[in-house]
Amino acid sequence: MSDIELSINGKRVRRSVEDHQLLVSFLREDLGLTGTHVGCDTTQCGACVVSVDGATVKSCTMLAVQAHDTAVTTIEGVSSGATLHAVQDAFHRHHALQCGYCTAGLVITAIDLIEREGGQLTRETVAHTLKGNLCRCTGYQNIITAILDAAGCLSAPAQVAQ
Amino acid sequence: MRPFTYHRLVSDAERRTVLQSSGDAKYISGGMTLLPSMKLGLTVPSDLLDVTGLPGMRDISIEGRRVRIGAAVTHARIAEDAALRAICPAICDLARQIGDRHVRNRGTIGGSVANNDPAADYPAALLSLDASIQTETRSIAVADFLCGMFETALDEHELVTAISFEAPDAARYEKFPHPASGYAMAGVFIARTGGSYRTGITGASGQGAFRCADMERLLNAGAPVEEFASLGFDDLVIFEDRFGSRAYRENLIRVLAHRAAVHLRS
Repeated sequence: MSDIELSINGKRVRRSVEDHQLLVSFLREDLGLTGTHVGCDTTQCGACVVSVDGATVKSCTMLAVQAHDTAVTTIEGVSSGATLHAVQDAFHRHHALQCGYCTAGLVITAIDLIEREGGQLTRETVAHTLKGNLCRCTGYQNIITAILDAAGCLSAPAQVAQ
Repeated sequence: MRPFTYHRLVSDAERRTVLQSSGDAKYISGGMTLLPSMKLGLTVPSDLLDVTGLPGMRDISIEGRRVRIGAAVTHARIAEDAALRAICPAICDLARQIGDRHVRNRGTIGGSVANNDPAADYPAALLSLDASIQTETRSIAVADFLCGMFETALDEHELVTAISFEAPDAARYEKFPHPASGYAMAGVFIARTGGSYRTGITGASGQGAFRCADMERLLNAGAPVEEFASLGFDDLVIFEDRFGSRAYRENLIRVLAHRAAVHLRS
């Protein structure tokens, strides 16, 4: 067991964790933050993506103990009360999901992408950047549109779903 | 995953103390290969020694044209480091093509090099740049370090602490990623210093990354890139599977080398 102390969605958390516990299971099972999903468990799908110290990571391939002294943001931490984050709002308006299983990881990824490269995103760069997040339902078209919209890079208004 | 004891190292003295008291210890840096291997039970360490907090492991330093990259520097850092890009952009471009953005945020150059996956990207660059692998006790020339698929010259519990190399005048990495894994089906790194070229090819061979003397001869002679079509690899074990025949992979090397050479001459 190891004692860890970290910030989760802005709140200080102290816990004792098994050394072999994965970050994703710590978030879901110990803290009840079940918005972060386990998809493949093999570092492929990105359903478990969270932000650690401002960098997106796959929480199925990181130990909880490795998150000691970091600041973690999960999907539960991106909205402001009942007000959705701009990326969540864009996903909602553009119907950028079908089953929604991958959505939490995609939203975390999209926020990071926009924060880093917001003003210069193109459909091609977004598509390329989503390589680490698999969505089996949508073919990505609405997801990419939503991200471009949230970033203010949607040049063709006709693409916006009514 | 089977239980183990985790140690967050802060000094080399502590590293040696922990190693003396532990059974089957393994180092962990980003864990992008190690943790999936542990989930599958392919490796079952008794102790994990996290080396990312050891002094100097996360530093990139450049003195003159000499580059030193700490072993725990992530691929994302290498891809984005402005000083490194100014002196050797090809290594930044290579790092940017590894895995996906989330993997690049955790995975490290030291972990990749110590693992010596035959489909990893860095070995091509290391050979081409004639890099040195620094450990806590010695400096190993890359030609001596890479000993074939997943094999290196590291002794048991010898720790890679940094990679260093002389920045070339120009270099280029061209990669064809496997459509599923993103690892290199073939990757060709060509570096030029003065009028002299060195090559490194990864991904295609069961012997791991290799230099291609014939390709270097053509480059050094200033031969037209069309002559790359004559390059043969008969003396090498070239991978062959349902994703690509031997002939397909050999041609990939020629095509990627052609692209890299055209870029370097433009």
